[in-house]
Amino acid sequence: MLPWHESASQSSREAIMTASRGQYDRFASRAADFGVELTRVAPDEATAAIEAAIEGPAVGAPPGVEGVALPAGVTTDPTPAELNDAVTGVTGASLAVAEYGSVLLRADTRGSEPISLFVDRHVAVLREADIVPDMVAAFEWLGETVRATDDSVILATGPSATADMGALVQGAHGPKAVEVVVVVE
Amino acid sequence: MSKSRDAKAEHIRRLLETEGEAIGENTRGFNVGRYESVAKLDDYEGLKDEARAIKEDAIERLPDLIEQVTETVEARGGHVYIADDAVDANEYIAEVCAEDGADRLVKSKSMTSEEIEVNDHLQERGVDVVETDLGEWVLQVADEAPSHIVAPAIHKSRAGIAELFNDQFDPAEPLETAEELTMFARERLGELIEDADVGMTGANFITADTGTIALVTSEGNARKTVTVPDTHVAVAGVEKIVPSVEDLQPFVELIGRSGTGQDITSYISLFTPPMDSPPVDFDDPDTPITDGEVNRDFHLVLIDNGRMAMREDDDLRETLYCIRCSACSNTCANFQSVGGHAFGGETYSGGIATGWEAGIEGLDTAAEFNDLCTGCSRCVEACPVKIDIPWINTVVRDRINSETEGDFEFLVDGLTPDAEESGPDLQKRLFGNFETLARLGSAFAPLSNWVANAAPAKLLLERVAGVDSRRDFPAFRRPTLAEWFEERSATADAGDRQVVLYADLYTNYMLVERGKAAVRVLEALGCEVAVPPVPGSGRAPLSQGMIDTARTKAERVSETLDQYVDAGYDVVVIEPSDLAMFRGDYERLLPEEAFASLAENSYEIVEYVYGLLANGADADALATGDDTTVAYHSHCQQRTMGLEEYTLAVLEECGYEVTTSDVECCGMAGSFGYKEQYYELAMDVGANLATQLRAADADHVVASGTSCTDQIGDLLDAEPRHPVALLAPDG
Repeated sequence: MLPWHESASQSSREAIMTASRGQYDRFASRAADFGVELTRVAPDEATAAIEAAIEGPAVGAPPGVEGVALPAGVTTDPTPAELNDAVTGVTGASLAVAEYGSVLLRADTRGSEPISLFVDRHVAVLREADIVPDMVAAFEWLGETVRATDDSVILATGPSATADMGALVQGAHGPKAVEVVVVVE
Repeated sequence: MSKSRDAKAEHIRRLLETEGEAIGENTRGFNVGRYESVAKLDDYEGLKDEARAIKEDAIERLPDLIEQVTETVEARGGHVYIADDAVDANEYIAEVCAEDGADRLVKSKSMTSEEIEVNDHLQERGVDVVETDLGEWVLQVADEAPSHIVAPAIHKSRAGIAELFNDQFDPAEPLETAEELTMFARERLGELIEDADVGMTGANFITADTGTIALVTSEGNARKTVTVPDTHVAVAGVEKIVPSVEDLQPFVELIGRSGTGQDITSYISLFTPPMDSPPVDFDDPDTPITDGEVNRDFHLVLIDNGRMAMREDDDLRETLYCIRCSACSNTCANFQSVGGHAFGGETYSGGIATGWEAGIEGLDTAAEFNDLCTGCSRCVEACPVKIDIPWINTVVRDRINSETEGDFEFLVDGLTPDAEESGPDLQKRLFGNFETLARLGSAFAPLSNWVANAAPAKLLLERVAGVDSRRDFPAFRRPTLAEWFEERSATADAGDRQVVLYADLYTNYMLVERGKAAVRVLEALGCEVAVPPVPGSGRAPLSQGMIDTARTKAERVSETLDQYVDAGYDVVVIEPSDLAMFRGDYERLLPEEAFASLAENSYEIVEYVYGLLANGADADALATGDDTTVAYHSHCQQRTMGLEEYTLAVLEECGYEVTTSDVECCGMAGSFGYKEQYYELAMDVGANLATQLRAADADHVVASGTSCTDQIGDLLDAEPRHPVALLAPDG
């Protein structure tokens, strides 16, 4: 068993951060299996990378990654009308699971959940240090976090999809495309 | 044909024609995906064991967990309502809608809500209910019932959906492609969600520690259903509770893989209500959604509806471990042909549905489709929580039998000396007492074969007992294998190992040649062989739900073979379905020690040959294939026991070039394909096997099981041999 499986206490949380640097490649390859686009950038390039990933109009919520601001022109605290008109939504991702190419999206008070859902393109901003290797590590983190915060969280893997109409179609009720901007700190 | 058998045959025939193709293509696709996806896991078996242990523990502690989840949710201002039954649940939900002044309720897919038929109840009270899962919406528009627990519209083709939408909605441009149909539905449902007052979801899991509702979806409609309206009603069976968030992990890794063959679905939502996320009020389009306080209303409706009684029922309890993944449907050969409109009850479909419908609706509902489980056991290894689905089907069949009045008993009393106190129907009793038939048939062979296969006798059997006259009866043989063995003068010298070859009913009375071949192979490899008369294993009565009769047989087999096991003999079995009894079903029928002794010392014939060769026996003593080709159909239960590989390895070792079929079951499955109401279904299932065997175009066609042998004989007009016949010297 890997050391960060034992508990999600502060010290093991730091262990996750250190150990996860090596997880990027695995995450990137699995996320690509599900059709997710990826960009890996330094913090000072992040805003430009988000901007490049956006197709306007865009709505967003602060991604919660230190030193990374939303590009100008991204509407925060959107109205329902703005939400409906937006093509792109930008939010943070709290964690990622390398083995599955999944990102964890928190349904926060800033509207990250509808912002990541009502759009055709979802751009998620993720710290590379927040990539954990597998579901065991992810659920250790989730257990601790949800018990402490009562948060609601979505484990999202690739775009929304359906096969109910006779063939696989991406973009059923949610985004048709997902891009993850991974910030290397 | 009797009226009920006639109606059943007609229903199945219609489904084979109308829905069979779409269902076959989709379920087989899911099933292939499952094999591929679980193969990527490092420790699939370990993960299933974990999932199973969590469910066992959760159901054991269920009353405590219900209390815990109630406290957790209520402490945050949510509501929990424990509903005794459907009426109770529906009244509560209607009240929530009334208090909310709700005109429209949007739903994500939920089998439990189908179970309580909440849509009808709310619509009668003026609430517009909209299914937002695209498959469910198609069915709502078409006014049809789901045919699959995960992909409810699996029976509809793309062209069929296009026709439905074009008829119903008359779009400016006729819809045609899957993309067009999806985007049309997305837009239309998006508008309906915008105006919704209440969102209703099911729950795949509920965690007791946090009150989190876990939903496994791909479309994103569940997310919208929960996020947009400010009132969320989650409807779930009480069995959905697991102790903690961490317990979700094995299920999250298994559920998509087991069901639709996806490593993971697009969204695993973990809603911990009431959510912090602001509702989206489209009636107020110009106020930022983040303005003001978030004030959400949440109701968790936990439904008993028979589940707490199932928890007390030693045989039905396992049903509550079911995570509704659909693996048992997709892997089932019969389901692949007809889908849930035949193999399903009021709500649930596939193998596990027998448990759900028996527990929730009652035996009458389960009785309508329970026969479609043939006990082939392919679902057992597919089930992520290792439910013994065939056993649940057997138990329910037994209970149905004991509720039925026996008919025509005066005709068959002599032929059916079973231990059943009351009335399985005549068809079941005839097949369940196959041992008696076989003994008599063999004693009077060949006369009995002429009579049995003569037109008047076949018509009588069809009319009275529903034995399909299109089937030829297996030819009974004289002498039997045991008689031949006893009369035989040439016996080998005392060998290195002592083997008791189990002369199962089929080998002893009908497929005698495979028994003789087995004796020659074992002796050639240095074994001292005994072939004593031993009773039938009880497989035949067990498959008809005649558990008491099967138990009596099991006891007699155990008594006879135990003497040999005690004396150091290995038990070698030719018929895979009988070995499956010794290794599996007998655990339910015999005392622990008797079961363990027989299970540990029994081997399938070619598995045993493999073991002998691996331990130094000389393969040169066996026949050689000289690079001839073999098309091999392993037996369903043999594959579940993991024994197919041994036959492949030994045949190849002996110089045969082997291709195998990958169909889950031949379709005959014991007596199933002989029953007139199921004949056409059995032949439909068999058609896939026939295609594969013909495509192999091999020098030899071989099969390990008796019913596979009969079925392939009917399909190809030539009876296959048993693999051991290709190995026997001078064979």
